[in-house]
Amino acid sequence: MAGKTLFEKIWDNHVVVARDDGKTLLYVDRQLLPDWQHRAYDALVAQGRSVRKPEQNFAMPDHSVPTTVTKVEEITEDVMRIPVEELERHSKNFGVVHFDLTDDRHGIVHVVGPEQGITLPGLIVVCGDSHTSTNGALGCIAFGIGTSEVEHVLATQTIWQEKPKQMRINIEGELGYGVTAKDVILAVIGEIGTAGGTGYAIEYAGSAISTMSMEGRMTMSNMTIEAGARFGLMPIDEATIEYVKSRPYTPSGEKWDLALAAWRDMNSDADAHFDREVTLDAAEIAPMVSWGTSPQDVIQVTGNVPDPARESDSDRKADIESSLDYMDLTPGMPMTDIKVDKVFVGACTNARIEDLRAAAAIAKGRNAQVETLIVPGSGLVKKQAEEEGLDQVFINAGMQWRQPGCSMCCALNGDIVGSGERVAATNNRNFRGRQGPGSRTHLVSPAMAVAASVTGQITDVRKLMEGE
Amino acid sequence: MEPFTSFKAIAVPIDIPNCDTDQIIPVRFVRMAQDDPDYPKFFLHDLRFNEDGSEKDFIFNTPPFNEAKILVTDVNWGCGSSRENAVYTMVANGIRSVIAPSIADIHYNNCKKNGVVPVVLDEAVCNGMRQQLHAAPGTEISVDLESQSVTGPDGATHSFDIDPFDKHRLLKGLDDISLTLEYEEDIKKFEARHEDVSRWMYP
Repeated sequence: MAGKTLFEKIWDNHVVVARDDGKTLLYVDRQLLPDWQHRAYDALVAQGRSVRKPEQNFAMPDHSVPTTVTKVEEITEDVMRIPVEELERHSKNFGVVHFDLTDDRHGIVHVVGPEQGITLPGLIVVCGDSHTSTNGALGCIAFGIGTSEVEHVLATQTIWQEKPKQMRINIEGELGYGVTAKDVILAVIGEIGTAGGTGYAIEYAGSAISTMSMEGRMTMSNMTIEAGARFGLMPIDEATIEYVKSRPYTPSGEKWDLALAAWRDMNSDADAHFDREVTLDAAEIAPMVSWGTSPQDVIQVTGNVPDPARESDSDRKADIESSLDYMDLTPGMPMTDIKVDKVFVGACTNARIEDLRAAAAIAKGRNAQVETLIVPGSGLVKKQAEEEGLDQVFINAGMQWRQPGCSMCCALNGDIVGSGERVAATNNRNFRGRQGPGSRTHLVSPAMAVAASVTGQITDVRKLMEGE
Repeated sequence: MEPFTSFKAIAVPIDIPNCDTDQIIPVRFVRMAQDDPDYPKFFLHDLRFNEDGSEKDFIFNTPPFNEAKILVTDVNWGCGSSRENAVYTMVANGIRSVIAPSIADIHYNNCKKNGVVPVVLDEAVCNGMRQQLHAAPGTEISVDLESQSVTGPDGATHSFDIDPFDKHRLLKGLDDISLTLEYEEDIKKFEARHEDVSRWMYP
């Protein structure tokens, strides 16, 4: 009999009911609740139901929070204040853990989950947000669900699932100078396509993953949903254990020893079966930029905007033409000739301390040429960045240092990109209108975003690094 | 949830590959109450309407396609954000089924939670159906859940897969949570064991 994958081992530990028809009722260890899922509470209340395990649910405002406020009373617009207030009201009524805007622990759910030890290796974690895949970087099953499912988890602490197929993506070798986790995941999506992972759970492996930081792994797991897979798992190794050790919700004492023992046997067996395996050479990956309106529309920064005339597939050709029309780009133009109107560093993809350090390293001693927002992922990330003086680096470069939240990634909180405006951004989606109606997004790493900020156009960050 | 047995309606071809949920319902509308009278308008809003509210030249605005209750789409329909509102606005338009070569996983689940039957068929079949619909606007497609088959515009029948448990729920229009609570004893038993064997997992 073949061995099991990490995913399969965690799955097997959580089976409540396995029906003969293939559907499985899984136990959910932790649920994260962002503000806009207050509607799930509304539905629960309307049905006269209650929260089964309040202590296993964790709520915090993120999507609807303006990055200029420090408390809920300062939110002037109803459409933003109401979700924040409603999440808090329901959470308090049901006894669900809630981090409010005055609590340093609040922030983007997928930054806070790992940071607080709410997310741990071996758990099943769900959240009504597609980027829940981020949490899989800790070696757990973490996936995004819809509002009906959020309500179901609140009521039952379980969820019905069909077991996904298993895919392993190996990143072998050493990453080049100036190449980050963001570039790796963009290269992966470019390789397998935005539906390449549909129906799969993806596990990452290879030497470039072993040497990657936990923050980098979270960036890769985060964008796994952009490749179509709801799950992006990283193996559990020393870096994982070092990361989770001593966090507020991490088990301690005898429970910690039990956890360590469990994690030791949890990784994929050598003879585990993967339905699909993909390998990328780390050395061939360069800083990446998106040119179109899907995360698979990516190219190395040294490349040119694709020419639809050179595309043989007629559907793909039409798709490229339509994307370039929306993005207002000329076929064949060098990516580095693209001028930007705004820059955004933040979002659950790239708003952790390591991201801010990478951004600050490029910002230091330079000046923003366009409006630039730097938005930490949580109150604690913000605090640490300020202790390290990163906030002053950004402010001295003429950039805006904001309060934690989802900010410009989701266009729900006042931070938006105007119609026809072009942004170099560290978020995860370049969909049409994603960052505001008519917005044009180029997905990049934090260092590449700041490189665009200080030059006013898409720039190969390695050139700025060489000058140091 | 309204039971789904079989459904026959005008179908509309949506020729957009990777049509993400930000296209299906722009984020500014996800805040609106589900019973908002404008909810049908939110569907594919920015593809259908100009900023001043006037209609764009888009197939779902054009008779007889504006009466369509079945979608036939391109690859990777519903990718991106998990927002279930994408399905709410389909339902607000009376749409009960989406046929596509591939449907993103979260959206696929959200459809099933709201009485919309997601049908995945071969890409060539879907492309063919879309061409037939363009050639003969107003043609109907029928979706029969019991037999798991779709009859296309040309009368050809295609079978599709669906999870048996979800099929049962959709056929009966059953509420998910009530159904799960029938397993209350199993959940309690699991919790007792989990809290013992895996007590490190608990806060």
